[in-house]
Amino acid sequence: MTQPTIDLAAFGELQSTAGAEFVCELVDTFLVEAPLMLDELRLAYASGNADTFRRTAHSLKSNSNTFGALALGKLAKDLELGGMTPVREANGAPLDELELEYARVAKALGELARA
Amino acid sequence: MPDAGNGIARLLVVDDNKVNRLLLTRNVNLMGHRAVAVASGREALEMLRGDGFDLVLLDIEMPGMDGFQVLEQIRGDVALRDVPVIVTSSLDGLDNVVRCIELGAEDYLAKPVNAVLLKARVGASLEKKRLRDQQKALMRRFATPEVAQDLQRSGFALGGKRIRASAMFADIRGFTTLAESQPPEETIELLNTYYTLMFDAIGSHGGIVTHMAGDGLMAIFGAPLPLPDHCGAAVRAALEMIETIGLFNAEQTAAGKPEIRIGIGVASGEMVAGYTGTNERATYTCIGDIVNLASRLEQHTKEVQRSILIDEATRSALAADVGVEALGAITVRGKTQAVEIYAM
Repeated sequence: MTQPTIDLAAFGELQSTAGAEFVCELVDTFLVEAPLMLDELRLAYASGNADTFRRTAHSLKSNSNTFGALALGKLAKDLELGGMTPVREANGAPLDELELEYARVAKALGELARA
Repeated sequence: MPDAGNGIARLLVVDDNKVNRLLLTRNVNLMGHRAVAVASGREALEMLRGDGFDLVLLDIEMPGMDGFQVLEQIRGDVALRDVPVIVTSSLDGLDNVVRCIELGAEDYLAKPVNAVLLKARVGASLEKKRLRDQQKALMRRFATPEVAQDLQRSGFALGGKRIRASAMFADIRGFTTLAESQPPEETIELLNTYYTLMFDAIGSHGGIVTHMAGDGLMAIFGAPLPLPDHCGAAVRAALEMIETIGLFNAEQTAAGKPEIRIGIGVASGEMVAGYTGTNERATYTCIGDIVNLASRLEQHTKEVQRSILIDEATRSALAADVGVEALGAITVRGKTQAVEIYAM
């Protein structure tokens, strides 16, 4: 089943419990932190550092789910649990897919937070 | 430490991820509590060891020292192990949850953490901690800090072990006459002052008061924790007690109130220390011939009109320059052989 970019119910819940203004700041933080995590994933993959790869994927998964970015969360979870071998076998494609999905999430979150 | 009066607690948020740190801190603040956030296990332990926290919200997957290692360190540290820890993690797998609980975590919440659930769990953990703190405070009131610590460290078990220590008995001379000459309220006040002064003198030399009965008390030097120079410590405490009573009497006289005199007996050697009573109600005490001898020496102070009497074992452990006077051998009840006694 295809996941929506942002699960609106989850995002709405976050806004109602933490406050819309705070969530706006939190989204800004995520938009700064997530590209760093994507870079770190690439770097860990290139250098064969499985531990950092798993931990960074785990961190990205955690944040994605917080904002209701379930598809991004799923992709990150696959990397966390599957490790680097499937990525290598697919010639790095899962990382490309992750970055594409992140771009969609970043756009959607930016719009939602300021809606 | 917590603001006991207003219910505001201090929480430590430990998470290497900035978004998680900000969100957990926000949730804690919205509950009306205060949060301090750190990004690593090492920083968390430093903060915990340096400052008082009521609760920890701990992430597991962190670089360097992970949450499991933090839990292990907390559990192994007597000063920290009562601080409740709620693990907040997005690690999959029941085995991780089980491992956290086995390592002493109070609870495990999966990320993303539901704010309502978090509030309920934090509230429950703080309430449990409040009750535990209350229990500890009560225990401190009815047992010495050393016994309270011993109980916390080793748990409670009836039974004893052989130790080398000094036993001390002290009581007020002519207390019954004194009590009859003044209103009971004044006698209680006098007793409370007396006990406060005696506890201070005994405690400042490493002793613990194990029993109080009327105007008498029993103290031990060298249990539950060993005390290298227990004989010297007991004698120094006895001298301080006499000196303190002298000062107290000066105040009593100035206020037109009756003076008090005390007698102290000290004996040293092997005795059995431990908890006696029942599993429901027990007391920490020391028993043995030496303890009985200390009690007899205290009673004998009346007959020889001396304030402090000690036995041969205590005297032989004292430094050469400590002034003692040999009073010869006496026969005490329960002993077939005469014992040498000394006055301070």
